[in-house]
Amino acid sequence: MSATIPSVDEFVELLVVASSDLPDDVEAAIGRALLLSGGTAGCILSEMRDNSELARVRRQPVCQDTGIPYVLATGLGLDSSGRRDFKARLAEAIRICTSSGVLRPNAVDALTGVNPGDGIGEGIPQVHFEDEGCERATVDVLLKGGGSENVGCQYSLPDQSIGAGRDLEGIRRCIIDAAFRAQGLGCSPGILGVCVGGDRASGYEFAKRQLFRRLDHPSSGAFAALESELVDQINSLGIGPMGLGGSPTVLGVRIGSLARHPASFFVTVAYGCWALRRRRLLASPDGVWVVV
Amino acid sequence: MNFEANQVRLQSPGDRDVIRSLRVGDRVLLSGFIVTGRDLVHRMLARDLPDSVRPLLRNAFIYHCGPVAVRDGAGWRIVSAGPTTSMREEPYQAGILKEYGLLGVIGKGGMGRATSIALAETGGVYLHATGGAGSLLASRIVGVPDLRYLAEFGVPEAMWVFQVSDFPATVTMDSTGSSLHESVLELSRERLAALVGP
Repeated sequence: MSATIPSVDEFVELLVVASSDLPDDVEAAIGRALLLSGGTAGCILSEMRDNSELARVRRQPVCQDTGIPYVLATGLGLDSSGRRDFKARLAEAIRICTSSGVLRPNAVDALTGVNPGDGIGEGIPQVHFEDEGCERATVDVLLKGGGSENVGCQYSLPDQSIGAGRDLEGIRRCIIDAAFRAQGLGCSPGILGVCVGGDRASGYEFAKRQLFRRLDHPSSGAFAALESELVDQINSLGIGPMGLGGSPTVLGVRIGSLARHPASFFVTVAYGCWALRRRRLLASPDGVWVVV
Repeated sequence: MNFEANQVRLQSPGDRDVIRSLRVGDRVLLSGFIVTGRDLVHRMLARDLPDSVRPLLRNAFIYHCGPVAVRDGAGWRIVSAGPTTSMREEPYQAGILKEYGLLGVIGKGGMGRATSIALAETGGVYLHATGGAGSLLASRIVGVPDLRYLAEFGVPEAMWVFQVSDFPATVTMDSTGSSLHESVLELSRERLAALVGP
């Protein structure tokens, strides 16, 4: 059985909350970092905290770069006309939010740079539908800015330049190298989403999806220890908030894996800025969608 | 902890001798008028050398920012306006600093060698604003007295003139040629080598 499709108003509420109200786990991580910091790092972190509070109270964008909406619709069981309807309502909500100052018009023509001003373009927003193995219908949105997107990267192992072979140690080296190369440019302290395996395309996609995972829900299994070890190691680099020195450099690392071709071994890193804006619409039994 | 301590109050347009006395690590609160410029503005300033904007830029700061702005009657309200990555303007910045007599640059992430040399030559400074703090920084924008190139470039890339009051930033590149970004890069490179081997 298929769920209802969120209304335009419900999509608008999702985008408003995503843009203006950081998830509680991210705010808590900033708060914990602030308690341990002084000097320039402390000043920067206190501005981040003050900014988050102000944005939530005023329902205004946490960051002026509201990204390109990345939307994952899971378990809705929509047929092709349902999907068309979903996309039309979402596009309408994006237009409303773009004209009301919830989103910045970020969709420009790739070659000419012309900005039509409504936040809609070829391939924007990105919407992915998945129906297998889902208990409840959900719609997740990620608003990820261009600065953080630009520092994402992909390694093909073995990579002799960083001494990375096709093993756990090689994976570790890639992720530390990615954090080092990013310095403060992705708006540190960042959250690293990592995909081990996959191909060129699925690696980037799956790495980005790791950013939907909460900071207080670490991996289990092979990557559990690596995730916490990497946070400590990257935070010892001294890059710090906004790359101005000190700690932390990352708030978390989330690693997932996909099967790979025998000849390929990709490690892909998606950099999420400290202002990680992810929110979810959850279908309630009475057909109403609620932002969580 | 009092994070507002030891902050230097600056004006834009302002006095170059005050700017020359600033050093990496100083926290500043900037008031006055600043002008936004991103990729299209920088390319235009470098190629077209428009005289019409010179009075806006002389002895003032250019701000690497593409705001979220809402029409408010005849004017505009800025609801989110943090910095964008400055390094994209590196090919243009040194020439623009000199050509238009800027006091300096506000942005995030720092800039390269050519800009650093130009700041030393002109007695300018790079002010680092906190990326992602769009709402907080917009709350320090008290007016939008002028707006250029909106039709040509669109909202994020237009040239906005912001009147600011106590806009907070950190000096990360100064007129002695010192750059916090370079020193953090070098330190982290050493620590990286210690973690994973050279």
